[in-house]
Amino acid sequence: MHPSPTKDFRAKEFRYSSFFFTGITGLATYLIVALLGVVLVNIIIHGWPGLSWRFVSTIPKKDVFDPATTGILPMIVGTTIRVVVMTVFVLPVGVITAVYLTEYAHNTSVMTRIIRTAVNNLAGVPSVVFGLFGLGFFINFVGHNLDLVFNNGEQAWGHPSLIWASLTLAVMTMPVVIVATEEALKAVPPGLREASLALGATKLKTIFKIVLPQALPGILTGGILAVSRAAGEVAPILFTGVAYYMSDLPTHLTDQFMDLGYHVFVLSTQSPNIDQTQPILYATVLVLLILTFALNIAAIFVRSKMRRNMRSLH
Amino acid sequence: MPEISLPTTMLTNVKAAPAARAVPLITIENLALYYGATKALKNISLTLSERVVTAFIGPSGCGKSTLLRCLNRMNDLIDNVRIEGSVKIGGHDIYGPDVDVIELRKRVGMVFQKSNPFPKSIFENVAYGLRLHGMRDKSSLEASVEESLRGAALWDEVKDRLHASALGLSGGQQQRLCIARAIAIKPEIILMDEPASALDPIATARVEELILELKENFTIVIVTHNMQQAARISDQTAFFYLGELVEYDATTKIFTNPARKQTEDYVTGRFG
Repeated sequence: MHPSPTKDFRAKEFRYSSFFFTGITGLATYLIVALLGVVLVNIIIHGWPGLSWRFVSTIPKKDVFDPATTGILPMIVGTTIRVVVMTVFVLPVGVITAVYLTEYAHNTSVMTRIIRTAVNNLAGVPSVVFGLFGLGFFINFVGHNLDLVFNNGEQAWGHPSLIWASLTLAVMTMPVVIVATEEALKAVPPGLREASLALGATKLKTIFKIVLPQALPGILTGGILAVSRAAGEVAPILFTGVAYYMSDLPTHLTDQFMDLGYHVFVLSTQSPNIDQTQPILYATVLVLLILTFALNIAAIFVRSKMRRNMRSLH
Repeated sequence: MPEISLPTTMLTNVKAAPAARAVPLITIENLALYYGATKALKNISLTLSERVVTAFIGPSGCGKSTLLRCLNRMNDLIDNVRIEGSVKIGGHDIYGPDVDVIELRKRVGMVFQKSNPFPKSIFENVAYGLRLHGMRDKSSLEASVEESLRGAALWDEVKDRLHASALGLSGGQQQRLCIARAIAIKPEIILMDEPASALDPIATARVEELILELKENFTIVIVTHNMQQAARISDQTAFFYLGELVEYDATTKIFTNPARKQTEDYVTGRFG
């Protein structure tokens, strides 16, 4: 029998399945938030007491495990520089690759399929493998040969340094930038390209004047994701540039550097007195989080400003 | 007898302009176009005259837009398109080996079905094509932009907000902006692909008025689904069906006394 509607529009019975499913999806969401909350609260509670201006602005001179005299300025500087240098390399190369894939390559050709597969596979490679690749390719091959050609074999390039660590990270984050840029380019309406071409613009002009400016916020999103991923990575820089201890800040791209993530590892595994080191360990983790958020917020700020400009145009 | 304003029927404007002293400008000879293995246009031969509005009509999928896009080689952008036969503009084969599509598109402008202003200011939209073709000087840019916007009957509506976003304009204004952008680079021919199909009746009327004005200086080829529109604004009409040119004649003749039964059935609304 077909059920007749109730007079007062109320359900005849409680809908358990609907209630249950709503509950499950809600719980899953809250679980994620709760996990993040636990991590953040834990780090802030334990890290806050160890944090001070002296701590973040001091170059440790003798014992990095002594809470009274140590500091993390060289780690902050090292992490910031390697992320910035990486961005300088990964954005142009990633964007150019994505432009080739979406604007020039024929989607059906074998070459395009090979490149796309390569990009996807690159995203799935464990980060420590990138570290080994950086050591083998950038340091032992590129750096070594630069030395042979320009320095008569004297070692100037062929050792772990900021530049090689940054390049290794750039290779690692390349797929993120390529995929985000491709999505951004595909979202540009085809009508805009046609309008430009119909006015007698070349393909190159159309890409530079119409397509890329329109896709810029999306490209920046890719940059933000790459920065977030790279800032906390340790494995890729392990063999390619990070130092256990340096008495001074790096001054050249060919210098080694200290790094926040790696320093967390050092503090938690190499300390002679774990209880004594714990406050500075937590404080270092907190600073790494703050730095990552700060880099993100800077990029998000630039992006939203760009979006506003695009809308109001003044 | 009191003056009665005639309703805009099919035939109000038809008597106005029979193609007098027609100078041929575009000659299409035995044009065939394939999408892969599908033959979308079948041996079309057609001569379009200078400063005349020619309408392409026909049911969806008959090839009228495809033919229009052959005239400025926009079909080049699509993979697997093959073209046979020739299209000559002013006697030169535009599919010849030494033809630069950039030069071609400078002389053959296009207005699309969906208005597609750039996400830039009104001024920059019109200046885009001018800059592309080498105009740098600020005062001549300003003069040309004003001239083009006046030409597209848009100047009075936008003169106080030239540097506001073009996306803030209404649909009809956006389409007239696209026309202004097309005429700014002074083409000889303007191709219009259903330019009013997304507009309300009032905006459509403005675009139609504009087309009649533009006829003074430009050769216009317009694809339309709206037969009243074809009757109102065109001098010559070509009727296409399934990739073939069925009939091509003066608009008056096509709509009042077509030679082919198929044409009559279509223009009287019996099919299509």
